Amino acid sequence: MAEPLLRVERVFKRFGGLLAVDNASLAVEAGQITALIGPNGAGKTTLFSIISGFLPPSEGRIFYRCADITGMPPHLLARRGIVRTFQIVQPFAGLTVHENIAIGAHLSRRSRADALDAAAEVASTVGLGDLLGRPAASLTVAGRKRLEVARALAAEPQLLLLDEVLAGLNPGEVATMVPIIRGLAERGITILMIEHVMQAVMSLAEHVFVLAEGHIVAEGAPRAVVGNPRVVEAYLGHGAAARLSAAGAAHV
Amino acid sequence: MRGPSIAHIVLVIAALATVPLLTASNVVLNFLTVALLIALVGQGWNVLGGYGGQYSFGHAAFFGTGAYVSAILQVRYGVNAWIAFALGIAGGALVGAAIGLLTFRSGLKGAYFALVTLAFAEVLRILASVAPITGAGVGILITLDLRPQAFQFQSRAPFYWIMLAMVAVSLVIVRLIEQSRFGAWLVAVRENEDAAKAIGVDATRVKLAAMTISAAITAAGGGFYAQYFLFIDSSIAYGPWISVEALLAPIVGGIGTVFGPLLGALVVKTLGELTKLITGDAPGLDLVIYGGLLVLIIAFAPRGIAGLLADLRLRFARLRSSLPGRAHG
Repeated sequence: MAEPLLRVERVFKRFGGLLAVDNASLAVEAGQITALIGPNGAGKTTLFSIISGFLPPSEGRIFYRCADITGMPPHLLARRGIVRTFQIVQPFAGLTVHENIAIGAHLSRRSRADALDAAAEVASTVGLGDLLGRPAASLTVAGRKRLEVARALAAEPQLLLLDEVLAGLNPGEVATMVPIIRGLAERGITILMIEHVMQAVMSLAEHVFVLAEGHIVAEGAPRAVVGNPRVVEAYLGHGAAARLSAAGAAHV
Repeated sequence: MRGPSIAHIVLVIAALATVPLLTASNVVLNFLTVALLIALVGQGWNVLGGYGGQYSFGHAAFFGTGAYVSAILQVRYGVNAWIAFALGIAGGALVGAAIGLLTFRSGLKGAYFALVTLAFAEVLRILASVAPITGAGVGILITLDLRPQAFQFQSRAPFYWIMLAMVAVSLVIVRLIEQSRFGAWLVAVRENEDAAKAIGVDATRVKLAAMTISAAITAAGGGFYAQYFLFIDSSIAYGPWISVEALLAPIVGGIGTVFGPLLGALVVKTLGELTKLITGDAPGLDLVIYGGLLVLIIAFAPRGIAGLLADLRLRFARLRSSLPGRAHG
């Protein structure tokens, strides 16, 4: 098999006495949508921050296109094509939607006019086309999540790290967002997404990694992973899988 | 980004340029020259504080360096006043870059950045008050030589026009920054540094560049001060007074706007003069007025006078658009 686009190798992250990421390894294949799931506090966002250069790992290496990128600062990673979004949305609150997205577009465009043009185009692909002149601070949660994606998209990433872009959305909003994400993958952008909305993970992801208490407990196709007893236990507690299957057997 | 056009700047500067033709009063010209000086120094602060969101309490460090480099080169080394003035700007920029390198690379933000810049300015003030080259406690007197080639003039008007030209240049620089990628990045860093980094903005470098430009503009004010008053000492050049004026003018006028510092400097200086007239120049009372003004502005018009005017214009436009409907209804 060819070398994956991104390879995380035996990464550890300690915060004082807390081991947030404990020997996690994963690989993201080019052109795929890969999901990273796991219970709250599993270390998913910490791992994301390490991949995107916001936190240095305590141990371990990150490879992107075969190059060691461990500890490289976020802006250089963005220039190499790795762009992240934030779980807690981080809009440039004082700027308009248009200006927000243009900052991303400026990464590859010096001229203000070019960046604004590109930003308008990106805005329409994520459904923000009608809100260009609105202050970012006035957007709804769904709008801010879209803005988060649009801004990252304008930076023309090759590997897009989406941190819970569906969290906090109602089912209708999730339903409109899912095709947008699929559209990005169809345009050739490789996606690694942290997501809790399982319905979206099942329909979008081709490969899933499950992180629990800092380490990867399972990986594989979405359907295979959700039936894995170790995954069930990670979410529902020790012995849950056995109890569930016992209960299932009793009902038969 | 929205903002005034170069034509607006030309119009405002042209209007101000006519003042010496209308009055020969030294009092008026002196008042306006000093107000414009504060506008220039404030514009320097505005680049870093208004657009970059890095609030410096120590712009005296750049003002003083501009003044001292210019004065020392003239008095001690016989350098031509104009060349000394230009080198003073370069010196200020260098100090800005050096302080920026130390503070931004160690990740200082917010109150910590403000305190460290204040500390740098105070260290420079104390050094200047003891070092022989700066004239220590006595200060430096620039030799009287009333010729244009010595950057000294018989009357106030040429000084006023030169100061106005410098303000004009600073307005154009800030407007160009507003319309550039660098300006967009700078504002992005102000609004949310992490988000900016995630989409490829080298935040440290952007802040460093802003601080260097900011320091250069403020240093130009210092160099001008030395030529205008022909005397500086450590408490004038590096004193906290100028750090306060530098941030007060843009905050009152509207931070992160092209005309904010000019507007703010005119308002603040007018209030200062009025207080002196009413109270008979009681020492320190103008500072009390400044303090009160700052509290009022931050409480009721956090975007300064420029923001207040923009809101009023918007309200007026809404009122007008609702009027015809009422007349016909």
